[in-house]
Amino acid sequence: MSEVIVVTSGKGGVGKTTSSANVGTGLAKLDQKVVLIDTDIGLRNLDVVMGLENRIVYNLVDVVEGNCRIKQALIKDKRYPNLYLLPSAQTRDKTSVTPEQMKKLTDELREEFDYIILDCPAGIEQGFKNAIAGADRALIVTTPEVSAIRDADRIIGLLEANSMKKIDLIVNRLRPDMVKRGDMMSIDDVVDILAINLIGAVPDDEAIVISTNQGEPLVGSDTLAGKAYMNICHRILGEEVPLMDFSTENGLFAKIANLFKKN
Amino acid sequence: MNIMDFFRKKNSSDVAKDRLKLVLVSDRANCSPEVMEMIKNDIIKVISKYLEVDAEGLDIQITQTDIDGSKGIPALYANIPIKKLKQTSE
Repeated sequence: MSEVIVVTSGKGGVGKTTSSANVGTGLAKLDQKVVLIDTDIGLRNLDVVMGLENRIVYNLVDVVEGNCRIKQALIKDKRYPNLYLLPSAQTRDKTSVTPEQMKKLTDELREEFDYIILDCPAGIEQGFKNAIAGADRALIVTTPEVSAIRDADRIIGLLEANSMKKIDLIVNRLRPDMVKRGDMMSIDDVVDILAINLIGAVPDDEAIVISTNQGEPLVGSDTLAGKAYMNICHRILGEEVPLMDFSTENGLFAKIANLFKKN
Repeated sequence: MNIMDFFRKKNSSDVAKDRLKLVLVSDRANCSPEVMEMIKNDIIKVISKYLEVDAEGLDIQITQTDIDGSKGIPALYANIPIKKLKQTSE
């Protein structure tokens, strides 16, 4: 049975597109047939994060307006046999698509794919309404900051009002060192405030910047963020994976230093 | 609780958490200050029938309950100072 997942946050710049790219790629690595849809019309970005920007011919608006068939607009990611991208339009605006059209599109894609991942634009206007229209479940991305959490809370309220069946939380850009000295809210603090199910936490990792530079999602690689995103993919598939302990990955020197600090 | 905690300044993550909790309660309640003022006036009107209350000192706010595990349910708290108990003439 296929599932339509919307990745949303309310606030911009917290990692929706990065999370969409990594979750989509991760699920494809786990042998699921995945299509990623960039629903941010006018501010297209998922294509560059995925490294597929040079292969766009048709886009989401072309499909919705009937200028091409869905198959023609889907870009096949050559690195993975099961991964496709439907890019957004760069020269149009959010009002070019309606929630009804998005629902129809996702329903058609259900026949072909196991997972349909929608990268939602920031904000709570038309673009958000379009993105959530056909979704079965939502992944809320937030960072441990007051502004991001406040917006996430608002988004959760709106999703519940729209009777979204399943809502899970990704806490992104966690800095274990700052949490430890009490200068950043912990995963537990964020979960406590937002009161929804946590599906994973991703540490602030330089490797993310590098992977975005290269246009290659790092999910599954031997980096903290790569492992964290892979864990999230396993949990989406319903597997039980324990939360990573970021603090233990400090290396030998930090461990020795910690021994002395405790006294 | 560690004895050192008494001397330590409240750290910034706790400040953030407390501020967020307060702001989210009013966000979630979706109650404008005008509506709160109307509720307040009506409460005074009703209570004044039976008690002499200090309208100036009256304070109402929407907060979260924290009673035996039922945490998170919004509740309207009203703090109404009573000036004088009216004598009921039966």
